[in-house]
Amino acid sequence: MLEVSGLSKAFDGFTAVDKVDFAVRRGEIAAVIGPNGAGKSTFFNLITGHLKPDAGRVLFKQRDVTGAPPHRICLMGMGRSFQRTNIFPKLTVFENVQAAFITHRRRGSNFWSLSDSLYRGETEALLGSLGLADQADATSAVLSHGNQKQVELGIALACDPEILLLDEPTAGMSAAETRDTIRLIQRIAAERALTLLFTEHDMEVVFSIAQKIAVLHQGRLIAEGTPEAVQQNPDVRRVYLGERH
Amino acid sequence: MKRVPWTLIVFAAGLLVPLLGSRFYTFVATDIVILSLFAMSLNLLLGYTGLVSFGHAAYFGIGAYTCALLMKHANAPFVPSLIAAGLMAAAAALLFGFFCVRLTRIYFAMLTLAFAQIVWAICFKWNDVTGGEQGLPNVPYPGLDWMGSVPVLGGFRVADHFYLCALSVVALCFAGLRRIVDAPFGRVLTVIRDNAERAQFIGVNVRAYQLAAFVLAGFFAGISGGLFGIFNRGVFPDFAFWTKSAEPLIMTILGGMGSFWGPAVGAAAFIVLNQQITSYTEYWPLTMGTVLIVLLFVFPGGIAGTLLGLLERGRVRAGRGGTAAGAAPMVKRNA
Repeated sequence: MLEVSGLSKAFDGFTAVDKVDFAVRRGEIAAVIGPNGAGKSTFFNLITGHLKPDAGRVLFKQRDVTGAPPHRICLMGMGRSFQRTNIFPKLTVFENVQAAFITHRRRGSNFWSLSDSLYRGETEALLGSLGLADQADATSAVLSHGNQKQVELGIALACDPEILLLDEPTAGMSAAETRDTIRLIQRIAAERALTLLFTEHDMEVVFSIAQKIAVLHQGRLIAEGTPEAVQQNPDVRRVYLGERH
Repeated sequence: MKRVPWTLIVFAAGLLVPLLGSRFYTFVATDIVILSLFAMSLNLLLGYTGLVSFGHAAYFGIGAYTCALLMKHANAPFVPSLIAAGLMAAAAALLFGFFCVRLTRIYFAMLTLAFAQIVWAICFKWNDVTGGEQGLPNVPYPGLDWMGSVPVLGGFRVADHFYLCALSVVALCFAGLRRIVDAPFGRVLTVIRDNAERAQFIGVNVRAYQLAAFVLAGFFAGISGGLFGIFNRGVFPDFAFWTKSAEPLIMTILGGMGSFWGPAVGAAAFIVLNQQITSYTEYWPLTMGTVLIVLLFVFPGGIAGTLLGLLERGRVRAGRGGTAAGAAPMVKRNA
C-alpha cells in the first residue's frame, strides 16, 4: 500500500529524517513512535507531499509519488490529519465536511450548481457516525478541542481515503476523550477497511491498537515490528521507553 | 420567516433614481454603482479567497483603456467593447496572477502592487496609444438613443440613460458573482481562505484556484473600469495608480469583507461621505480619514457585517423565545 525507501530530509544541515525504509500493507494498523523531535511529523509531511525529500522514494499503491503535490496525493486516496488541529475555522462543521466531499469528488471547479445542495446526505451521515450531528451548524472555531479533532477526522474521511495518516490524533485530549477517540478511529477503520498509519505519544494507545510499530530516533528508524518485538528491542528500551519509565 | 428580497428592492430603487430629476443624484448613483462593482470584484480575492491585492487598479485601468480605445478610435459598439475590457483585464490578471499566486501574504500583495505600477507606467508613457499623461479624453457615450423613444425613459437625460445602462450591467455582474460564490467553486475559495494547507489535503490545487479567482476578479474589475471610463468621459493613467487600488480596499473593509454585499455598502458609504465632506471643507482628506477611523471602530467587521451580526443576534433571541428548547447553536453564515 505504502512503501518508503531511503527517505531523507535535512533542514539547514539538521537531518530530520535519515534514510528511513518502511512499508505499510493494505488493511494494516501501523504506528510511528519516537521522542519529541524524532522526525515523526517530518516523516508524515514527506509522505503526503507537504515537503519534498532530499533523497529516497515514496510509493503509494505501487506508484511513485515522491515530491508530488499534496492535492494529487490526496486525490489518489490518502487522507491525513495534522498534529495541530487543522480545520476551516470560519465555516460551519457541516461546511467543513461538505467541502471535503466537494473537492475530493472534483466538483470544485463547478460554477453551475449550488454548493449548499451538494452531498447533504453523505455529509449528514458522516457527521452522525462521528457524533457531530448536533453541532452541524455551529461555526467550527467555537467547538471544543476534542470536537475540532473529530471535525478534522471527518474532513479526512470525506476524502474517502484508502489509507489514513493521523498525526497525534489524541494530542491535547483528556484521558476520557482519548479513549473515545481511539474507539471511534478503530470502529471507522474496521467499517471502511482502512489502512491506518498514525503517530502517538500515548504508549498505551499505541500498544493497544497498532499491529506494527516503527520507532524513530533522531531521524533514524531504530526498530520496526510487532508491538511485542518493539517492546523487547534493547535499543528502543534504551532510547525511548527507558526515558519514560 | 419569509426572506425579504432585498436585492430586488435595492435594484428597483436604483432604477427609480433618474425620476428624482437631479443631475447630482444620478451622478452620485452612477459613481456608486460602478465602484461597487470594483469593490465587489476585489472582495472575491480579499473576502472569499483570503488574498490581499494592493494592485487591483491595474485591471480597472486596463479595462478602462480597452473599452475607451475601442469605442473612441475603432467606433466599436458598447457591449463588445465592454466585454473586451473584461477579457483584456482577465488576460492581464492571468499573466500577472501566474507569478503572484506563487507568493503568499505580504509578498503576494507587494507583487500585485509592483505589477500595477508597471501597468500605470505603461499607461503614462505609451503616448501613441494611451495618450500618456493627457489620457484619453472624450470617450463617447454608448448609443442609447433607443431609450429616447421608450415612454418615461424618453424624458431622461443622456447621463440618466447611461446610469440605467451601467446599473443593468453591474446587476448582471453581481448575479454572476453571486453565482460564483454560491457554487462549489466559491466554497473551495472560502476553504482556501480559511486554511490553505488543509485545503491541499482535501485535494485542492490551491494555486490553480487562487489564479482562477484572480482572473475572475480581474475580469469584473475590467468591466467596472470600462464603465467608469465612459462615466468619467475620459481615461487617465491615474486609473491604474496605486492610490486607486486603495479605494476598493477601503470600501471593502468599510462595508465588511465577510458579507457578499459589504463592499457595495462600503462603496456607497465612501462615495457619499466623500461628496458631503468635500462640499464642506477643503481639508476633506483629513476629515475623511478621521471619519473612516471612527467608522472602523464603531463597525468592526464593516457596516454590513455589523448590521448582519445584530440581525442574527435578534433572530436567535427571537428563536429562543419561540422554541422552549432554545438550544439554537450559534450560527455564523459567511455570506
